[in-house]
Amino acid sequence: MSQGTVRQILLITDGCSNAGEDPVAMAAMAREEGLSVNVIGITNEGDESERGMEEITQIAQSGGGMSEVVYARQLSQTVQMVTKKAMTQTIHGVVNREIRQILGTKQEMEDLEPEKREELMEVVDELGETSNLDILILVDTSASMKTKLPRVQEALLDLSLSLRSREGENHFCLYSFPGKRSHVDKLVSWTPQLDSLKGAFKKLSSSGITPTGPAITEAIKVHMKRMKKGPSDDERLFIEETGM
Amino acid sequence: MMKDSLSKKQACNFTPGQVITGKWHGNKYRIIRILGEGAIGRVYLAQTGGRLVAVKVARQAMSVSSEVNVLRRVSKVQGLSLGPSFLDMDDVVTSHGTTSFYVMEFIQGEPFMPFVINKGSEWLGLFTAQLLGDLHKMHAGGWVFGDLKPENLLITKQPYQLRWIDPGGITKAGRSIKEYTEYFDRGYWGEGDRKAEPTYDLFSVAMLMVNRAYPSRFRKTSQKGTDYIMEKVTGAPLLHPYFTVIRKGIEQKYEDAGQMKEDVLMVLRNQKRAAVPSRLKRKSVLKKRNAPVKKDAGPPVTRERKGYLETVFFASFLLTIYILYLVG
Repeated sequence: MSQGTVRQILLITDGCSNAGEDPVAMAAMAREEGLSVNVIGITNEGDESERGMEEITQIAQSGGGMSEVVYARQLSQTVQMVTKKAMTQTIHGVVNREIRQILGTKQEMEDLEPEKREELMEVVDELGETSNLDILILVDTSASMKTKLPRVQEALLDLSLSLRSREGENHFCLYSFPGKRSHVDKLVSWTPQLDSLKGAFKKLSSSGITPTGPAITEAIKVHMKRMKKGPSDDERLFIEETGM
Repeated sequence: MMKDSLSKKQACNFTPGQVITGKWHGNKYRIIRILGEGAIGRVYLAQTGGRLVAVKVARQAMSVSSEVNVLRRVSKVQGLSLGPSFLDMDDVVTSHGTTSFYVMEFIQGEPFMPFVINKGSEWLGLFTAQLLGDLHKMHAGGWVFGDLKPENLLITKQPYQLRWIDPGGITKAGRSIKEYTEYFDRGYWGEGDRKAEPTYDLFSVAMLMVNRAYPSRFRKTSQKGTDYIMEKVTGAPLLHPYFTVIRKGIEQKYEDAGQMKEDVLMVLRNQKRAAVPSRLKRKSVLKKRNAPVKKDAGPPVTRERKGYLETVFFASFLLTIYILYLVG
């Protein structure tokens, strides 16, 4: 576990899906594959459309992750907080499974006496700091998101900054949906840090569909491919170039 | 864990008069009122065995464990005096489920910012020096405060003393900062990462001083972070005595909190010296009372504004007495 990798999908959207499979079901599938799905919902001030927000919570619940609904200006701080908390939650889940195996009962960390819990929490914190993180970012770029994209871009650079301050390694990749021809488009392939996203969101489709479910399905595939193959060729090249 | 987020929210919602009993240690706490609410949970004022305590209740048991662990270990740092002492940690079973809480010393004081705003700028320096003294020890012990901001600081009376109250952001040196607030975060201003190291805190201390002149704070622009902040400092005469201290803090030129403290103390010493001649000049000020008030020009001006105001006030007082004397 010490050099284990936490795998996440981070979905940033402002509303409800309207095409393809049910994203809640797809999030549950992601969880089955050992991923966690976190969702950030961006809302306009004074307008919280109930339906969209309900879906956001459900996706995160069935994806074993966390969700948060925020205004665009609070995005940076929320994105990094949700990502780090979700990591801790994942590790906490793993530790709980270990406890159950050792104690053979339905015990969890919460059932231990406070002093023991504290010691375990230290281990969880330590693992959160040192384990590697593979995070696939899935950004909704449907028409209504247009004005929010500069904030999204800022928040993602800020996330990269926060995660880089950890001891463990991070790898990011960035996809947007709906894509030009398919459901999703790859904007940035696996990279240790997000440096410049200038122009990443330039070529966007202004189609009215929001295929959140298919986008998650694609994200699972990308993660699975990486899990099987290990680092991609692009990335090896990067590592060689930077001498890391 | 997310499923029961609503009931977790209710579980950490206590009402005044409610008595909570710890499941493991059996201590009883009578809730008096809520003291504050944060991202993690709530803090209540409570009474136990005739003394007042602060009870922090979190939505997630693990955040309580994590904070308690930090508080316990930080309190072992030699000579650290400004934080709350840890008293108890336990679970409470309510109709909404089990909730974790921990108990700290209740620090009775006034919020930092309103207090220093109502007093002269020398108090800002004094409290900053106190804070830096404690930070120096904390850093030496291998910890970084993280979320330094006025909301986490209190001023207690007799004697006036600065205390910090929220251990939630305290991070082991070398790890990534646990909690932060954008305005006080060097990462937000593009002036570094979020690795827990002394310079991270010293940047926040400098921003704490800037915040004194801009209580409603300001947001970053397209300009470089340090440049923009220093422009703001230049535009606030009351920060001028601390111009160099703030700049070195923002630019992270200080190697440790001790150096920064020494510089703050130096400003305070110089202020005292500057104040004496201004009193001697009282007579000439009295004559020039109606002359246009000279604006403080450049940042390195060390003349103490408070002393100047005092002089004007004293002069007008003399004038009033004089007029009364003439009339009488």
